[in-house]
Amino acid sequence: MRSFWSIALSTLTKDIRLEWRSKDALNAMLFFSLLVVVIFVFSFDPLAEESRHIVGGLVWVAFLFAAVVALNQTWARELRNQVLDAYRVSPAPANALFLAKAIGNFILVSLLEALMAPLFVIFYNLRVLGPAWQLIPVTLLGTWALVVNGTFFAAMSLRTRSRELMLPLLLFPVSIPAVISMVAATTSILTGDDPAHFYIVLLLTYDVVFTTACLALFETVLQAE
Amino acid sequence: MTNPLTAPRGAPIIAVSNLVKQFGRFTALRGVNAEFDAGKFYVILGDNGAGKTTLLRALAGLTDPTRGEISILGKKPHEASRDLGYMAHPSLLYDEMSGMENLLYFDKLYDIAGNSRCEQAIQAVGLDAELSRPVGKYSQGMRQRMSLARAILHDPKILFLDEPFSNVDLHSAREMVGLLKGMRDAGKTILVVTHQAALLEGTADEFVWMQAGQIVDRTNHLARGHLAPGDAPAGES
Amino acid sequence: MKRAFPILAVLTALLLVYAFYQALWVAPTDALQGDVYRIIYYHVPSAWTAFLLFFINFIASVQYLANARPSTARAARWIVIAIGIIGFVAPFIPQVKQQLPTGMYPSSVATTFLIITGLYFVIGKYFVDQDLDVLAVTTAEVGVVFCSIVLVTGPIWARPVWGIWWAPGDIRLTSTLVLWLIYVSYLVLRRFSDSAQTQKLAAVLAVFGALDVPLVYFSIWFFRTQHPQPVIGGGGSMDPRMLHVLLISWMAFLCFAFLVCWSRYRLEKLRREVEEAEALESLLEPAGLAGPSSAVKTPLSRGSK
Repeated sequence: MRSFWSIALSTLTKDIRLEWRSKDALNAMLFFSLLVVVIFVFSFDPLAEESRHIVGGLVWVAFLFAAVVALNQTWARELRNQVLDAYRVSPAPANALFLAKAIGNFILVSLLEALMAPLFVIFYNLRVLGPAWQLIPVTLLGTWALVVNGTFFAAMSLRTRSRELMLPLLLFPVSIPAVISMVAATTSILTGDDPAHFYIVLLLTYDVVFTTACLALFETVLQAE
Repeated sequence: MTNPLTAPRGAPIIAVSNLVKQFGRFTALRGVNAEFDAGKFYVILGDNGAGKTTLLRALAGLTDPTRGEISILGKKPHEASRDLGYMAHPSLLYDEMSGMENLLYFDKLYDIAGNSRCEQAIQAVGLDAELSRPVGKYSQGMRQRMSLARAILHDPKILFLDEPFSNVDLHSAREMVGLLKGMRDAGKTILVVTHQAALLEGTADEFVWMQAGQIVDRTNHLARGHLAPGDAPAGES
Repeated sequence: MKRAFPILAVLTALLLVYAFYQALWVAPTDALQGDVYRIIYYHVPSAWTAFLLFFINFIASVQYLANARPSTARAARWIVIAIGIIGFVAPFIPQVKQQLPTGMYPSSVATTFLIITGLYFVIGKYFVDQDLDVLAVTTAEVGVVFCSIVLVTGPIWARPVWGIWWAPGDIRLTSTLVLWLIYVSYLVLRRFSDSAQTQKLAAVLAVFGALDVPLVYFSIWFFRTQHPQPVIGGGGSMDPRMLHVLLISWMAFLCFAFLVCWSRYRLEKLRREVEEAEALESLLEPAGLAGPSSAVKTPLSRGSK
């Protein structure tokens, strides 16, 4: 058990260190996130009254686009020199690798969200009318929901043609209940109309169910040639 | 199969029976039967497409056989992973990290105590442990040697090497051969797939010839009734 | 078995014609919607058929994954038995009975769980290993077709009756859409995957999809309670005569689905047999050599594949 966590931790720290060393990819992703927000701002007029009701949806769609870009490069470094073979040949458990990659993606996507969210607040003059603190669990749980399945499907699409297309293709349908919950919860909190409790519980359930499924089935995916 | 823990040098520790591997309609291995003994140095030779790499990958547990059995130290390849080392033509290293950083990471995968083993492994292959240059900037020879360091990091009983000398300068290649000889003498079992078998004449214990997915011959020397790969057949271009 | 196919085909055709007649002429006209409602006799049976097929796909996928090792196969069987027992007993417990939505009888829930368990073991008995995967592919493909029918007939029905093509809060239609998306992505994965383990990956995706469906249902259900929306297809009970025709229609659709699945299944098995035969041939007679007897004597030719 101890080796599971130490492997996951050392993989995570290695990834963070490597990402930090060459900030190219990170900077490009940050800029992409900015662009997405700007495109949305031009497409959905922030002065119009209706915008306030759909901002919850806009924010999460923007997060989704940024997440897909981040998820697509999850295994890029491992692919370059077939490093995954070294992992498969070792006795290390596959889901330690998965957990490390998922947490790494979580940190990365959260970083992108941390850039985009204030921009949305500024451009749309957002005021939170409901309990603002609830946005924290919604964001954390929602981001994990996207990232855990995204990391898993990114590994699955390693064995397919059109790899970068397969990831969103597999991810989006399965993510729909999570997206519904995230958007509805965020809108509820922003407008203050309804309680978001049920959605938060649903997101929590989603996260538990799919984290378990991913951890249980990752070995099968990794060992696929 | 003799008990691997007490197996003397020369007892079989790898057994392959009726190994078949097919990729769709293409058959890479057609019913390979073989035994490999402990503490010996084997060279696997053959043309492209003969199945050498497939055989090695199957032994390392990277490919599941379509049919047949593989037994390593009495276990399946996945279960024996602690005692296996694998090296291939891609370096299996992170280009962005230095050699030491790479090994420190892979070290964790094998759950063994840290720094000292990594330094020893790097020094054993004749490289500098202090070198902070990322592996991506190494010469091919250095990269192969670092990849070998990664493969031997956890002191495996068995080493599988796939084309370790390709694109490597002669000096590095000869050093690696010397290294492998030392490891064989210390009791490790070594299987090398290569097109440059001439380097290993005099070091290897046995040459295993493969053709079209089968083992067709096993000799103690190169070129007995066979052309060594790399030699032009008489009369052909 | 082969002789049964044409007979069944004729019977199915007759049944479909009979159902069509019943739907268009015999079934009474709806008080509110007039004759437009009759599309329900295609919409609803397609939905039930699609769900049944996808459910069979899920069972086949789970078994395919579980059978990889005897220990997991046994564990899966016990879990299914446990689910069956709990599902059979629970609806009769008063606290649970209260939670059931109106219109759902405890006995029908109990029977459903029994059927689920029974289906698992029946499928496990008659389909082994590769056959499970063939069954999975078959039911996925045919299921997607029926699901498409549901998604097309839904809006066609909604427009004249409720004035809208689509209501995002319509829990059944939206859940069906998600199910359709999941299974289309399943089929795309099968087509785009190069891996030798395509079948395992697809089975994994099917499991993910199945885990997803109840979550979809609940998320839309709660969304709807907050934002009341028109329900396409209406709720509440149905005139027994209409129910009767609906069941006839469903019977006809099931027979049709069975025939199509049977054909597809046979086709897929044949295709795999051909592939295996070719693989076996390639195994026994290697290309590029004169023949097995001369293999050792010929000088190693360069670049042979």
